[in-house]
Amino acid sequence: MSTSIERRLELKGNDLACYERMLEIREFERRTNLLFAAGEIRGTTHLCVGEEALNLGLATVLNPDDVISATYRSHGIALAFGLSSHSVMAEIMGKSTGCAGGVGGSMHMCDSSVGLLPTSAIIGGGMPIAAGAALAFQIQKKENVAVAYFGDAATNIGAFHESMNLAAIWKLPVIFVINNNVYGEYTRINLSTPIEDLHIRAESYAMPHAKVDGMDIYAVQDAMQEAIDRARRGDGPTLVEAKTYRFSGHSRADQALYRPEGELAMWEKRDPILLTEQALTKKGLLDEAMIEQLKAKAAEIVDAAIIQAQNDPEPTVKDMFSNIYSSQKVG
Amino acid sequence: MRFRQAIVAAMTDEMKADESVIFFGEDVAAAEGPFKTSEGLLDTFGPIRVRDTPISEMAFTGAAVGAAMMGMRPVIEIMFMEFLGVALDQLVTEGAKMHYLSHGEYSVPMVVRASCGSGLGFGSQHSQTLENWVAATPGLKVVQPSDAQSAYSLLRAAIQDNNPVMFLEPRILYAERGEVDTSLTMTIGEARVLQEGSDITVVSLGNMVSVAREAIAESGISAELIDLATLVPWDRQTVLTSVKKTGRLIVVEESPWSGGWGSEIISYATAQAFSALKCAPVRITAPDVPVPYNGTLEARYVPTSSNVAAALTLAVNKNEISQPWWITEGAN
Repeated sequence: MSTSIERRLELKGNDLACYERMLEIREFERRTNLLFAAGEIRGTTHLCVGEEALNLGLATVLNPDDVISATYRSHGIALAFGLSSHSVMAEIMGKSTGCAGGVGGSMHMCDSSVGLLPTSAIIGGGMPIAAGAALAFQIQKKENVAVAYFGDAATNIGAFHESMNLAAIWKLPVIFVINNNVYGEYTRINLSTPIEDLHIRAESYAMPHAKVDGMDIYAVQDAMQEAIDRARRGDGPTLVEAKTYRFSGHSRADQALYRPEGELAMWEKRDPILLTEQALTKKGLLDEAMIEQLKAKAAEIVDAAIIQAQNDPEPTVKDMFSNIYSSQKVG
Repeated sequence: MRFRQAIVAAMTDEMKADESVIFFGEDVAAAEGPFKTSEGLLDTFGPIRVRDTPISEMAFTGAAVGAAMMGMRPVIEIMFMEFLGVALDQLVTEGAKMHYLSHGEYSVPMVVRASCGSGLGFGSQHSQTLENWVAATPGLKVVQPSDAQSAYSLLRAAIQDNNPVMFLEPRILYAERGEVDTSLTMTIGEARVLQEGSDITVVSLGNMVSVAREAIAESGISAELIDLATLVPWDRQTVLTSVKKTGRLIVVEESPWSGGWGSEIISYATAQAFSALKCAPVRITAPDVPVPYNGTLEARYVPTSSNVAAALTLAVNKNEISQPWWITEGAN
């Protein structure tokens, strides 16, 4: 059984491994959806289908000792950052072997070994925290960076503007990443926001900004690398807007019937997995047979994870009372 | 030294003892705090560790959470506790949950200092106590000093604690003087029995401790005075032991009549020491109104020593409980 760090590091500079992880995420979400539909998982879930390239793009340019604050749409980012399908699925199923011991659920993934801060179920909630992590790195004279990863709708919340402003005046090593998947919960971004390109909001904070095709993992890596280099040099924060598309509804309950006709079909032509396949095939790293083989492998991994999680123990009542307060003493 | 100087002294001693302690908030560095609670800190510790922030409570409260998770021990100042309203998510829904949601992998050793309470003519939006906002949040600790000594000792304990601690400072006490022994430690979760007595237990917090003390002197009743000092987790044992001894209980709190922590104390003590009680427990609170600006009205708003003395006398001499003044006077 590989550790989160090993699963993370195997992605570095390995385009094929990134593609495989994208397949794993896609398959994981497909099965998660089925498990919810079958009533095998309680609560809610937020699928990240269509956002795999962005998830992998972030995971491959950050180091495991950098940190990220992400959102309740958390499965893909957790898997990309190195958590195993078993760890994530067990958490979704509320099992004691889940990454939060089963008390977190689908919206709350965490693994300190790869810098995944507890993902927040509050839109915009993670941005000040990422800024604060960056402040710690700056004071500690470390070269680490923090990423605040959030959706398009979060750019209308106060935490976005306050955190951007604070990061700018203190030149914090933080990168704000907008996953512009076009929808904020059930509302299309153009109905909630007067501008199309959200990254220009960085102008208000004299902060460098960039727009990137979030369906293209290589474009994400390039844009993020530039921002990360800037932060590590001590030149402060960057706002990166990745244009993606949320292939599913907001949450389990949402069939996304409000989408304009043809919109999904149009974006499916730019499916990040399809684009990656094309790129790798062009490079001679992939062919039809391999694609089928790797898809089957991903299905096996996820299937094994589900079976294992299903057979894992539930947390005990004692676990409910654990980790509320840290009892650690200073010094 | 003055109460506010005790805060500066505690900050200074902790920042000297541990370089991971950092401090930020609005006007706390160059201006040394509007209540002079950070006098000299910028000079002593420099601009990396002592920082002025923009007026962005949400950002700097959350930044404290993130910095704490990465190994710092931030102390932040919310100038008036009311300003926490715009940052509550970061403290209550993010900070207080991080240890739990990370399965114990991350801790959040931070202190939120905030001034609170009435008496200075600051009006409805700068005079509330509001400890009840944060008292029902598992994962947070809540403390409130009542004098210079407890300000010093509790703040040091709060900074040394490995959890988010809300440190509430009754702003009317900032200029009050008191003896401070810097070698004296206080433990979060332990109440102080300030005065022993046999006939009634008086539980109070913050600025109400001195009101309760005066009331006991005025009434001449043999009362046991408990300064709760920590609201979360509150010292059930000390309160219960005292109530079982005295057989009577009065709680004095500055917050409004409805939904206050005093009801929590009375509920627990009544259930656990029912047979020891000689009369019904009494709550002395402020009325259910916003804090008024007018000086005469504001003085009526806050519980006074004569309110408390009358209640003490009635309880001990007649085993009866007093009604709130706004009921007996027909004011409401």
